[in-house]
Amino acid sequence: MTVFIPTPLRSYTGQKGQVDAPGATLGEVLSALDRRYPGLRFRIITEQDTIREHIRIFVNEEQAWDLSVALRPDDQIHIICALSGG
Amino acid sequence: MATRKAAISLQPVSGSVVLLIGTRKGAFFLRGDRARRTWKLSHPLFLGQIVHHLVLDPRDRRTMLMAARTGHLGPTVFRSTDLGKTWNEAKTPPAFPKAPEGQKGLVVDHVFWLTPGHASEPNAWYAGASPQGLFRSDDGGVTWEPLSGLNDDPQYRAWMGSEQDGTPDGPKLHSIIVDPRDPAHLYLAMSGGGVHESVDGGKTWTTLVQGMEVVDGFDPANVAVHDPHCVRLCPSNPDRLYQQNHCGIYRLDRPSNQWVRIGKSMPKRIGDIGFPMVLHPRDPDTAWVFPMDGTGVWPRVSPGGKPAVYKTRNAGKTWARLNKDFPKSQAWWTVKRQAMTADAHEPVGLYFGTTSGEVWASRTGGASWTRLASHLPEIYSVEAAELSS
Repeated sequence: MTVFIPTPLRSYTGQKGQVDAPGATLGEVLSALDRRYPGLRFRIITEQDTIREHIRIFVNEEQAWDLSVALRPDDQIHIICALSGG
Repeated sequence: MATRKAAISLQPVSGSVVLLIGTRKGAFFLRGDRARRTWKLSHPLFLGQIVHHLVLDPRDRRTMLMAARTGHLGPTVFRSTDLGKTWNEAKTPPAFPKAPEGQKGLVVDHVFWLTPGHASEPNAWYAGASPQGLFRSDDGGVTWEPLSGLNDDPQYRAWMGSEQDGTPDGPKLHSIIVDPRDPAHLYLAMSGGGVHESVDGGKTWTTLVQGMEVVDGFDPANVAVHDPHCVRLCPSNPDRLYQQNHCGIYRLDRPSNQWVRIGKSMPKRIGDIGFPMVLHPRDPDTAWVFPMDGTGVWPRVSPGGKPAVYKTRNAGKTWARLNKDFPKSQAWWTVKRQAMTADAHEPVGLYFGTTSGEVWASRTGGASWTRLASHLPEIYSVEAAELSS
């Protein structure tokens, strides 16, 4: 799975804008990312496992609304900082 | 509450002071020399992060914790164990427990307040959050746990209110105070939700709002409508607390539970509304406030655009206006609750950061002032860190 990382999160990924992570669901992919880049998940996912208010996650070009979204190995995930107030 | 014997003797320090400045767009250090005459501003740390509080651990004088988030990214705590040279993120930042399936759980929006624990608990820290919650770390800020005795108490949650029942960017738990004589004796304040005390390390809490006034038309017996802005405990007399409240300035002398509104002796044209409350490190009768305009729609600026500090030397019986060197007109800034502090030198140094990004200092207890920095982002917090005694 390819995950595109926005600039505000690249301090976690060693400035990489694109990383790979395994998982059958969006939640699994983000947990895998967090094991590799500790702390990244909590900046975008709340303690209630919801996507933070000003974060958007797209699977291919479709917005994901929760972590249960099923994924295929060739899916692309884009994490976006929402255009919310400049 | 039984009175604990006040046996605190604090000597003036003479080492250099570093101001730890949290702003809406990152953190800064302002390093002073031993004479506190020359100051050097650092480059920004964590530029772009919203830093509500940056605190040096007075127990080791090396560890710093920073409460941060960005406009998009969630809240966290960064920590340094080398005086801010390098930083790591908390492995488990303050967070509420996951709610059972089908129930709505709380989400920390930002960590607002950090307090080092008691000297006998070298790795203990407390954090206050918005929405209101109290958290504790026992490993120097690496991992944090919610304190259920407060956070999950139905009565306290009702007093804390909803996300709309606080300041415009959310209700805040702040002014977490550890009695220097007893690690289990804690105070905290909630905006809104009153002042509270624990004598068992935060397991249970009792309310301390007697004597505190509330906005016209509300019942002071309703704890939810009390809005303490900043509570401080006298370092030299831990049985005395001062409070800057939404509705006045107060003093409390334990074991009494009755706050006394000492702000009534402030000039009527200034009033006794404000955010910060600063206490003298050795004289329990001396304190400073920074009044703001709390009339009408609450402009939250200096009254009349004329900033001034007010000082009492007699525990609030009288107040003196201190505004030498400040702009005499058209200065529409104010000072937030964590953004004014004192050092432990003799004479005491006072420091504050403004909503317009200026840092001011006084080496004379407020008699004269110098602007140390300008053009910073909006300042949320200023702490004076003593690097040595």
